[in-house]
Amino acid sequence: MTLHLPILRDGRRSDGDGDGLLATLRDTIGEVVENFPNAFPPVPTPVPQPGRAADAQKVMGFFTDTTLCIGCKACEVACKQWNQLPADGFDFTGNSLDNTRHLSGTTWRHVKFKEEIAPDHDGDAAGPSRWLMMSDVCKHCQDAPCQHSCPTGAIVYNDFGDVYVQNDICNGCGYCISACPFGVLGRADAPHDDGHAHKCTLCMDRQEGGLTPACAKSCPTSSIQFGPVEDLREAARARVTDLQQRGNDRAYLYGCDSVGDYGPLNAFFLLEDHPNQYNLPEAPPQPFRGQRKRYAAGLAVGLALTGLSALFFSGGSRRGR
Amino acid sequence: MPGLGASFGRGAATNYQQDLANADCILIMGSNMAEAHPVGFRWPMKARERGATLIHVDPRFSRTSACCNRHVHIRAGTDIAFLGGLIHYVLEHEKWFKEFVLAYTNASTIISDQFQDTEDLDGIFSGFDKEKRTYDPAKGHWNYEGAPAEQNPAGGATRPEAQGPGGIGKKNAGEREPEAGDTGQHGQSLEGGASSHAAPRSATTCADPPRDATLQNPRCAINLLRKHFARYTPEMVANICGCRPEDLTEVAELLCANSGRERTSSIVYAVGWTQHSTGPQIIRAAGILQLLLGNVGRPGGMVMAMRGHCSIQGSTDVPTLYDLLPGYLPQPTAEKHHQTIDGYCENEGLPTGYWSKMKPMVVSLMKAYYGSEATGENDYRFAWLPRIDADYSQLPYFRMMNEGKVNGYFIFGQNPAAGAPNAALHRAGLRQLDWLVVADWFEHETAMFWKDDPKGPRSSQVKTEVFFIPAASIAAKEGTFTNTQRLIQWHDKAVDPDGDSRSDLWFLWNLGRRLKTLYRGSTRPQDQAIQALTWDYEEDAPSYLPDGRRSAIKDEPDARKVLQEINGYYTNQTDPTNNKRKLLSGFSELKDDGSTACGVWIYSGIHPTYDRNRARDRMTGSNPTQPEWAYAWPNNRRIQYNRASADPEGKPWSERKKLIWWDPQEKKWVGFDEPDFEPGKAPDYRPPPGAQGMEAIAGTHPFILKPDGVGWLFASAMKDGPFPTHYEPIESPVENLLYPRQNDSPNARYFEGPMNLIDHVPSKEYPIVATTFRVTEHYLSGPMSRFNSWLNELMPEMFVEISPELAAEKGIHNGGWVTIRSARNTIEARALVTRRMRPLQVDGRTIHQVGIPFHWGYAGEVVGDVANDLVSLSAEPNVSIQEDKAFTCDVFAGRSFTSNQTPTKPMARWPTMSPVPLTPRSAQPEGRVHRGPGNP
Repeated sequence: MTLHLPILRDGRRSDGDGDGLLATLRDTIGEVVENFPNAFPPVPTPVPQPGRAADAQKVMGFFTDTTLCIGCKACEVACKQWNQLPADGFDFTGNSLDNTRHLSGTTWRHVKFKEEIAPDHDGDAAGPSRWLMMSDVCKHCQDAPCQHSCPTGAIVYNDFGDVYVQNDICNGCGYCISACPFGVLGRADAPHDDGHAHKCTLCMDRQEGGLTPACAKSCPTSSIQFGPVEDLREAARARVTDLQQRGNDRAYLYGCDSVGDYGPLNAFFLLEDHPNQYNLPEAPPQPFRGQRKRYAAGLAVGLALTGLSALFFSGGSRRGR
Repeated sequence: MPGLGASFGRGAATNYQQDLANADCILIMGSNMAEAHPVGFRWPMKARERGATLIHVDPRFSRTSACCNRHVHIRAGTDIAFLGGLIHYVLEHEKWFKEFVLAYTNASTIISDQFQDTEDLDGIFSGFDKEKRTYDPAKGHWNYEGAPAEQNPAGGATRPEAQGPGGIGKKNAGEREPEAGDTGQHGQSLEGGASSHAAPRSATTCADPPRDATLQNPRCAINLLRKHFARYTPEMVANICGCRPEDLTEVAELLCANSGRERTSSIVYAVGWTQHSTGPQIIRAAGILQLLLGNVGRPGGMVMAMRGHCSIQGSTDVPTLYDLLPGYLPQPTAEKHHQTIDGYCENEGLPTGYWSKMKPMVVSLMKAYYGSEATGENDYRFAWLPRIDADYSQLPYFRMMNEGKVNGYFIFGQNPAAGAPNAALHRAGLRQLDWLVVADWFEHETAMFWKDDPKGPRSSQVKTEVFFIPAASIAAKEGTFTNTQRLIQWHDKAVDPDGDSRSDLWFLWNLGRRLKTLYRGSTRPQDQAIQALTWDYEEDAPSYLPDGRRSAIKDEPDARKVLQEINGYYTNQTDPTNNKRKLLSGFSELKDDGSTACGVWIYSGIHPTYDRNRARDRMTGSNPTQPEWAYAWPNNRRIQYNRASADPEGKPWSERKKLIWWDPQEKKWVGFDEPDFEPGKAPDYRPPPGAQGMEAIAGTHPFILKPDGVGWLFASAMKDGPFPTHYEPIESPVENLLYPRQNDSPNARYFEGPMNLIDHVPSKEYPIVATTFRVTEHYLSGPMSRFNSWLNELMPEMFVEISPELAAEKGIHNGGWVTIRSARNTIEARALVTRRMRPLQVDGRTIHQVGIPFHWGYAGEVVGDVANDLVSLSAEPNVSIQEDKAFTCDVFAGRSFTSNQTPTKPMARWPTMSPVPLTPRSAQPEGRVHRGPGNP
């Protein structure tokens, strides 16, 4: 959100550059005000944009094909091992074979299990028994609300076009956690932990070394595929067509094209049931959608209240007199 | 795997796992492949993506079932009934592959008319001795018409074991190590059966038995088979298994539709079949089915045995078994005819096939053991080998231990205190020892039984002195694995082991060196063998790690030298390149005059020259069998019996399924794989009368280890009958509906006693069927996984899978505590109430089943009760394997009375906490969110 303040701008221009302390102060204040509400914006760096043809091959992502997932959780362990993430605790949940519950600041890949078992022999009429499994991960949105909401500029797009939290800049405010519609981010809040937000980096360090991310590397059935996201989308569409031709008419892609308020996700999924069955929002909202309206409404309400109270007090004083 | 050996010749998986991708239909049964072998499961998934149908038949709906197109719930322990139903369907509907069956099996061979089937004798075969509870196949006439039955004092096989002395591929008990042997029995029969042969075995060989190709004779093997399985109708099978008749016919139709010239189907199994009182017979039934459908020796057509450990095939090839010498040569017995090499070879060798060359194998082995000390004059010191006089396999040995007859014990990489059947009995045995040495990565249940066993006495009352030796991890040592498909793969050492940890090789070699030092001056005759033992595995030059640093480990032997000795060498020739002993290039070079030495003859050729270690080959190419990726014994063959991939004339059955074929121009077998056949033997070759050795095998006979060269539908080599028969498990709430007069296996053994009570079938006291299983997140009894928090958070507590119906009946709710009681012991677990378990309708009754994972024990970061405490100690007649995939129990809501377990290792949120070396703090892994002391 940018507010143009013509007086300051014009004044700076008329004073010329390098006009002593006052000008510096004025510039600083000007920038702060100009960049409200993000007081310290990230330095813009050229990052690959999927829309730009020249960058198309630079944006890397995941395609997670749940029809190939065998629920082995190798991705979870490989992620924790490579990134040296701590175990979250030993709790038996009784929720199918899932004992780590959800993505968090210390669990960046998580395998979900959903049992849909026909109760007995007669159940075949209601459809065959299924046990849905899906390895969930950060979606690396192209217009990521976590990145928008970060007040310190810790969350950036990296050289591979993916959303990255810079640990040393994060101040642990947690805005990104509430902003994410997929519940990806979490804060390391255990005693002695750093209290910062963490999430999947798409193994940025491995990518820099030319390696495949740990989860995709460890997946025994290629359920998790990694590569230039444009190539993945093409392969995914072909895969859905193939599955549908073989009679699996439930297969569809989630996040390959726009979903909810979001454009295509850099980590997208092939699902076989309603997104809710996988704990994914059917139409994820952008939390800052309508923000201008809300700001305007807030401002209007404030002004109205101020006006009302002014009226009230002025009228009252008159009466009191 | 006697079931495979009896059917095909070698008791090892017929194909390689990658070949599953070529199958058109895969039946997974007795295996939870997606969970227990997730990496290998990529190949069935590939097959599915290519359009194959995957079927899972199992008591539980597991992650494997979720990945299959079709799942059928059956009652644990009814596998033979189900497979029998499939065989019945194939025969009844005339769906068998006629050209294949008539040419490549003994379907048309005429069986002795004095043999009587279970149909004639109400559930048992002829030749049963009710008092001894054993079969005598000779008395029962389990033989071909006109062939003499083998005289075998201990009731071995009537037919000679074509697969030879050792019975190749003797199966270890999947998750628990060795289970060979039987009382006073011996590895040489196929996988565990008989004692040594009193008479030369040549007398009984019959390469050309009478046949009736028109199949009119009612004594033809296939007609007997038809009669035997006539009872296994879909309705009867459904009634026994608790499935629907349509389930059976649907599976049968899928298998039949995907077999024949153009298509092939595979069967995959694991310990869900082997660990039964009828285990090997279940595998036999699969072998019969695949022979009938023509799915043997062909791409995508196989019986795939999934092994329970990474190198368990290796541990039987280079055996850790008490009754085998390396390469499946039988350990000599204390009997007279085994006193000399000649007597031993005469009694254990065979006149036909490769086992006719037994003497060169034994002489070369003795030369490898004793070097220059072994000479022709002293019979190559054959007398120094230990002789067997009793059953020293694991289960009877622990019984002896319980009786105080064993003083000390070494345990490497094994955890019987939690992983063995009736583990409580095993722990009681360990308490009778004076000393115990345990070498392992972690201090697991067996190393801590003296103080942490919650069901044991106080540590002050345990006399055993326990020595715990820290073992090197896999990355800190070099050596080979032999996997389920006989593939031997070398792995290099990446780092030095931590602290005082040392490789098992280091430990054994240095133990041997110290013993040799201690016995150096001895003049006693019994010490000569140790003095003469060749033990020259010193490193010639210091070894280096991959990062270029010198290894800091002192006295580490050179594993390559061990492999070179396994490969074998000439004792009288030197390699011109380095003046060392010249290495053998294959087992065909073995001599019986002492000029060759060879540690394991079947591995010979793996290290043909000093600079070529074929186990280290890592070349991939366009050949689908990838022959240059490591080395598969024997002779790098990837698909066994691959002569069967071509029709009798030597042409591929179809273009789609071609593997090897006869090239009439070049006059040899060519194709993608190394032929498992004499390379120059033409398809039209017919043996002359009275032929011996390999000459007796015709050009159309692919099963070259069988004396008649064909696959066996009728197999006399089994100890519990030539045909598989459905018997109930030793403990079952259901009587045998097929043969009401014979409930359980007639000759399985169970060691009943106060610590091993058995609730015999029909079990009244314990009405619920229990089966044990594995999950992906843990490994076996947990010594390698329950010390790692990344795995423990995924599967933190002992649980039991229960159907909602049973939970409602017993007042159990999801996540609550359950007490499980069997005739042996009581354990507790958390309830996982799930529709994946389902009550079954068996004979009009509702039978409940529970699934119990066996990964927990009292040592480690997460602890829980030992599932194997519930299991009985029993022995299947062929291989003495226990039955832990089907037994009876009862369940109750609530905790058991002894639930006071605390982890022996505090939780470490990071299993490894050292910083990445040579890396600045800013570039350390992202997840180092810990700010406390010790974190970089």
